[in-house]
Amino acid sequence: MTYSFDFSWLLVYYPQILHGIAITIELIAVAAVVGIAVGICCAWVRALGPAWLKPPVTAYVELIRNTPFLIQLFFIYFGLPPLGLRLSELEAANLAMVVNLGAYSCEIIRAGIQATPKGQFEAGASLAMTPFETFRHVVLVPALQRIWPALSSQVIIVMLGSAVVSQVAAQDLSFATNFVQSRTFRAFEAYFFSTVLYLLLAILLRWVLARLGRMIFSRTAAR
Amino acid sequence: MSDFTIWDIVRNLLLATRWTVVLSIAAFVGGGALGAILLFLRIGKRRLLRNFVKYYVELFQGTPLLMQLFLAFFGLGLFGIDVPAWVAAGAALTLWTAAFLTEIWRGCVESIARGQWEASASLAMGYVQQMRHVILPQALRVAVPPTVGFLVQVIKGTAVTSIIGFVELSKAGTEVTNATFEPFTVYGIVALIYFAMCWPLSKASQSLERRLNVAHRNQ
Amino acid sequence: MSLIEINEVRKSFGTNEVLKGITIEVEPGEVIAIIGKSGSGKSTLLRCINGLENIDAGSITVAGAQLRPDEAHLRELRLKVGMIFQQFNLFPHLTAGANVMLSQTVVKKTPRGEAERIARAMLDRVGLAEKFDAYPDQLSGGQQQRTAIARALAMQPIALLCDEITSALDPELVSEVLAVVRALAADGMTLLMVTHEMKFARDVCNRVVFMHQGRVHEIGPPNKIFSDPATPELQQFLGVQS
Repeated sequence: MTYSFDFSWLLVYYPQILHGIAITIELIAVAAVVGIAVGICCAWVRALGPAWLKPPVTAYVELIRNTPFLIQLFFIYFGLPPLGLRLSELEAANLAMVVNLGAYSCEIIRAGIQATPKGQFEAGASLAMTPFETFRHVVLVPALQRIWPALSSQVIIVMLGSAVVSQVAAQDLSFATNFVQSRTFRAFEAYFFSTVLYLLLAILLRWVLARLGRMIFSRTAAR
Repeated sequence: MSDFTIWDIVRNLLLATRWTVVLSIAAFVGGGALGAILLFLRIGKRRLLRNFVKYYVELFQGTPLLMQLFLAFFGLGLFGIDVPAWVAAGAALTLWTAAFLTEIWRGCVESIARGQWEASASLAMGYVQQMRHVILPQALRVAVPPTVGFLVQVIKGTAVTSIIGFVELSKAGTEVTNATFEPFTVYGIVALIYFAMCWPLSKASQSLERRLNVAHRNQ
Repeated sequence: MSLIEINEVRKSFGTNEVLKGITIEVEPGEVIAIIGKSGSGKSTLLRCINGLENIDAGSITVAGAQLRPDEAHLRELRLKVGMIFQQFNLFPHLTAGANVMLSQTVVKKTPRGEAERIARAMLDRVGLAEKFDAYPDQLSGGQQQRTAIARALAMQPIALLCDEITSALDPELVSEVLAVVRALAADGMTLLMVTHEMKFARDVCNRVVFMHQGRVHEIGPPNKIFSDPATPELQQFLGVQS
């Protein structure tokens, strides 16, 4: 059976594709910034925090890490409105990604904190710093540096996983692809093209995160 | 509006869970077999094969599983093969699992200290003998916790197959929600069922890791 | 009144009693060496004085204020009593200068300009003025330890606790650190040093405390302790040493 590949639809539908890319980028940017912030707070609680805060944070982390992102998304978008919390597609997608990345980054950052040599805590204490001051000024940045590759990988995983937000009609790249596919019936070409775009986005994201890492953890003195 | 009991909901969901389990095991076993083959290619001598596996892994790790499923579903149809959802789901998930497992295992093999290679080489062992008697036994031990941990990812990955119509737990969740108009309850129970499958495996992986005292590489 | 009063201090780790009733009084300006075998409780005693370990019985009083285990009291204490560690424990992500400045800006809320001035002065005092912008992994072990001393000095403490500060150094680097300590002693700093450097103890210290199995076994001026050890345990310890 012969099949002629036809990518001409690109010329017509590129605005939708570009819009989809923009939304996908917005989603992961927000998720990364807010999600990592959440992760830092939760990691602090689990590693160094007060005993009474640990059970709820542990429950949150274990629940998110042991259920599929798709179900978390559906729960937020479909399951919360009956309780009074109605979110738009993008709001739900953003929230689901933040919640998801928050839980995973908590565990990654926690590992970084727990790999801190005990002497660092003692030095901070003996300089009369409170535990929180020691965490903020002495422990946090080296911990993040330690786990930056693992954290970057997780951000990319979440970005790739964000493709399912199209299922709640959030207009990301995969939604745009479905849209094109349903109009042109060029399913293979559409998904092929979109897969290549995601691959390029992943490569770009990896580069951005590596660059960011070098900037944050850079050292002004000559090495 | 709904004259469904909780038990009706749970029963329907549990029936669909069977397919989640079947798909997970199939993908894990198939992906494991393929992953093992890819591992030997990756650490082997032929540069062409090494690069092939390298790019295979980058491709499957650098693109969404959803897109891989769509391509399997629509792509195989190009060649005249009529692809039911379960075939596409099984194929895509197997290839995806293989990519991740081969990387995990490669990391485990590479983590075996150089001294082991050097010691066995100086005992006049050939490559195959080194692998079989010295390196792989140690690498296998190191590999158990992250491999068990990845099974959790596979189970969660099956949820995405609902989107191409494979009727497993997530798809059943959507169907039951549409029938009962109780999304909070239904998706809540779906989440709990996934949790019940995944959490014990996660804990097992962590406890294995502690007992084998190994640094955890992947989540 | 003594600067540091340690009174019948006891400390156990689980069922293992490591300090079995220690009583020492330290006068201002005194330099005290604490010697003894591993496991005799020397480091534990030092760590109790600045609150890194909690005591089970007895009391520790520093400059008239009794040591209590709550955060506020410990902070007050650590502003007065500094510690130098065997493993230096410099902050690897900060330059030497930033290491010395950190606690001043964060804890004492000193303005940055003033903190930098003090930091440069302290690094100069330990002979590392030109290393202000160097990172710890660019410094030798001796330079790192001297930076750690500068970091503790920047808090303007009344006393310094030195926990085997030369034990992790290559032999040729030990003397540069001891030279700094010698200068501090000459300036009148109160020092409690757990050390294996017997010659240094003999030359610089006012008193030597020999600890054995959690007790103060002998205490006295160096010429008496080293030349005329009274107890068999100290004789054996010194015999092992020389």
